[in-house]
Amino acid sequence: MRFGFAVISAGMLTLVGGLSGCSEDTQTPVRDLPLIAASYIAEGNPETLREWGQVQLSGGALVLSDNVAPYDLNTPLFTDYAHKLRTIWMPQGTSASYQEGEVLDFPIGTVITKTFYYPVAGGADEAAVLRDTSSDFFQGSKLPLDNIRLIETRVLVRREAGWDAIPYRWNDDQTEASLNRIGGIIPLSLVDGNGEATAFDYVMPNVNECASCHASDSNSKALWPIGPKPRHLNRDFTYDDGARNQLVYLTNGGVLTGAPDDPSAAPKNASWGDIEASLDARARSYLDINCSHCHSPIGPADTSGLSLLPGATGAALGKCKVPIAAGAGTGNRRWGIHPGKPEQSILVYRLESDEADKMMPEIGRSTVHKEGVALVTDWVKSLAGDCS
Amino acid sequence: MLCGSLKRAALAVLVPLTLAACSGAPERAQGQLRDLSLANTDYQTTLQEQLIDAKPGDVITIPAGVYALDRMITLNVDGVTIRGKGADKTILNWQNQKAGAEGLSVKANDFTLENLAIEDTTGDGLKVNGGTNIVIRGVRVEWTGGYKTENGAYGLYPVQTENVLIEDSVAIGASDAGIYVGQSKNIVVRNNRAEYNVAGIEIENSVNADVYGNTAINNTGGILVFNMPGLEQRGYGTRIYDNDVNENNTENFGHEGTPVASVPAGTGIIVNSNDDVEIFNNRVAGNNTANVIISSLFSAGYADDEQSESFDPYPEGIWVYGNTFSGGGESPDGLELKALKTMLFGPTGAFPDVLFDGHVDATKMVGGKLPDALRICVSDEGVDILNIDGPNANENPRVESEAYRCKLTPRAPVKLALAEKAGR
Repeated sequence: MRFGFAVISAGMLTLVGGLSGCSEDTQTPVRDLPLIAASYIAEGNPETLREWGQVQLSGGALVLSDNVAPYDLNTPLFTDYAHKLRTIWMPQGTSASYQEGEVLDFPIGTVITKTFYYPVAGGADEAAVLRDTSSDFFQGSKLPLDNIRLIETRVLVRREAGWDAIPYRWNDDQTEASLNRIGGIIPLSLVDGNGEATAFDYVMPNVNECASCHASDSNSKALWPIGPKPRHLNRDFTYDDGARNQLVYLTNGGVLTGAPDDPSAAPKNASWGDIEASLDARARSYLDINCSHCHSPIGPADTSGLSLLPGATGAALGKCKVPIAAGAGTGNRRWGIHPGKPEQSILVYRLESDEADKMMPEIGRSTVHKEGVALVTDWVKSLAGDCS
Repeated sequence: MLCGSLKRAALAVLVPLTLAACSGAPERAQGQLRDLSLANTDYQTTLQEQLIDAKPGDVITIPAGVYALDRMITLNVDGVTIRGKGADKTILNWQNQKAGAEGLSVKANDFTLENLAIEDTTGDGLKVNGGTNIVIRGVRVEWTGGYKTENGAYGLYPVQTENVLIEDSVAIGASDAGIYVGQSKNIVVRNNRAEYNVAGIEIENSVNADVYGNTAINNTGGILVFNMPGLEQRGYGTRIYDNDVNENNTENFGHEGTPVASVPAGTGIIVNSNDDVEIFNNRVAGNNTANVIISSLFSAGYADDEQSESFDPYPEGIWVYGNTFSGGGESPDGLELKALKTMLFGPTGAFPDVLFDGHVDATKMVGGKLPDALRICVSDEGVDILNIDGPNANENPRVESEAYRCKLTPRAPVKLALAEKAGR
């Protein structure tokens, strides 16, 4: 059997039955379109997200189609406090094979989606969204959209020639996500727990900018997924029918082969917020997912000589390393990491900045991830050694 | 010693209008920020779309006009030419940039950019990251508000590229290097003009570069050939010839921590930790610290610690000959160099044309001498070299020209089909 979550909501059944999908408790009736089964589209750029049949609007929720698996990462990439709903789907009868240190080897036809959304702050300002990282809005196989604003959904599809990235932007009415290869700037305002609002530009990348992160081998320049590596996937997820380890779940669903029977034999990054994990493990996990797709010995930022992969050590990791072409990104500091001295470390400076020429990562955020900065700051503080 | 011990406040100095010497667009004096009130703000979407949809062999032409862009523009398709109507006619300005670390970011082979201007980017002007056969021709990159620390770092910035031609271009106001070729191979940089940058033209960790026919004026350092540690490729083999390298005396407005922040203002040509560099037939004048500096990264605060079993910080195989020097060395940058100059040559005297920091790799010596190919040679009588004895905290600085009167084997010219095709 394949995925064990083929639970179809009542709303979905209604729709499949061809009846109208008005939800009863909203003022404006929302007429859902008929659901489309998940499929592989081998060529071209479909004009709407719906055509992929992976995630669709239904009954006031964004629902996952049959055999579309949601997943999460131990530590996610920071994107302006956006929440992310990630899914994987593979064509019937195909499966991915496990590769320990790499992205799973996915079959042709695999479709991965990532939907960026925020809880809305309510009130008059439609651009106001909550800076809330604590809540989990996804429920098993659907994302209820009460008080949620969908921003964009990015599709990665494994085609014959390799992975393609196809971005979709949700309209203001939240009724449709349309192809948007050119990206855009979406003005939003983050409201924190004290009700304080900070305006920022949410930058939706253009198609080329997808490659800024996903072309993680600067020689081939081919696109690759970043998240679905064993060390990021090796964690529990709460599915419709309960919590299970994601690697086990995919294996049991028949779409992953070759993973260790016992997930404790697979690599596992720490969750960056897991206070039970060591500071080192949490910080390295954070740097791995946020940085190592470029900062690796083969990534586009190998020009800097800095690697933030899990195994990197010493000067390659930035310890007492002089910058190469950081420009203003040095923040007038001399070393990548000055052990024990975050205030003298370029790494920390670049995470603390939200200016385009100074910040890292170079794209993908317009705000500072305060909690991430705090983690990396504590970690640098904890390191022993000195730079002459 | 050469290390920037100067504590500089952030500078916001406008370039004096009387020094305006360039090629600014019509109706704009140098140092005057580009006025975008009538600029076309819609075009960036058109351009980005064209670049996304480009096919190999496409020529994307940009009409004359001033275009305001607020995001980085990217190109990932091989074989594309982007062509404007002239460096003073087709003007892409990123003064109001909201996103992206560069103005134009290219990751592609067989790329040509020509006849346009890139202005006021938040970070680098043009970055070409990886790629073979890269041509940048007739491009002006400029920070129009004058030189200041807040300007973007690099003007024209190919890195990890192979077969690179940069010609007939202009770079003004970069807070790091105006024209910077990093970690690349087979390079020709010719007939360009670099002014009011921290580094005018910089070749870093690159192999086989010919730098000729350029004018580097009013930078902090005119032409730099550097090697940095921790990188895959060690640079060597640069010829710097037939350039005009004058009055590179602009205060160092770079960001501390960057390699160029350690370059003293008043540096004409500097070779730092690089090897096999031939400097000949240049006209080098009025660079207040020294017309030529040969140094090791030790002098820029580099310490031989954990980073570098593999890094060789010693400049070796450096040959200086046939240049026309005039003036220079009268007013070195930094208290230590000033004191040294006064001590050795008096308040009105000047450093000799060539300054060497004195770091020599004793482990490579045979019978107390470096093998010939590793020597520093300053061939011409009348061109003196001062060894400032860096390894011994400047205890015994001395003019020792005779020890450097030698010759090395001339390097072969860089063979670059792209440059021959252009018929120059």
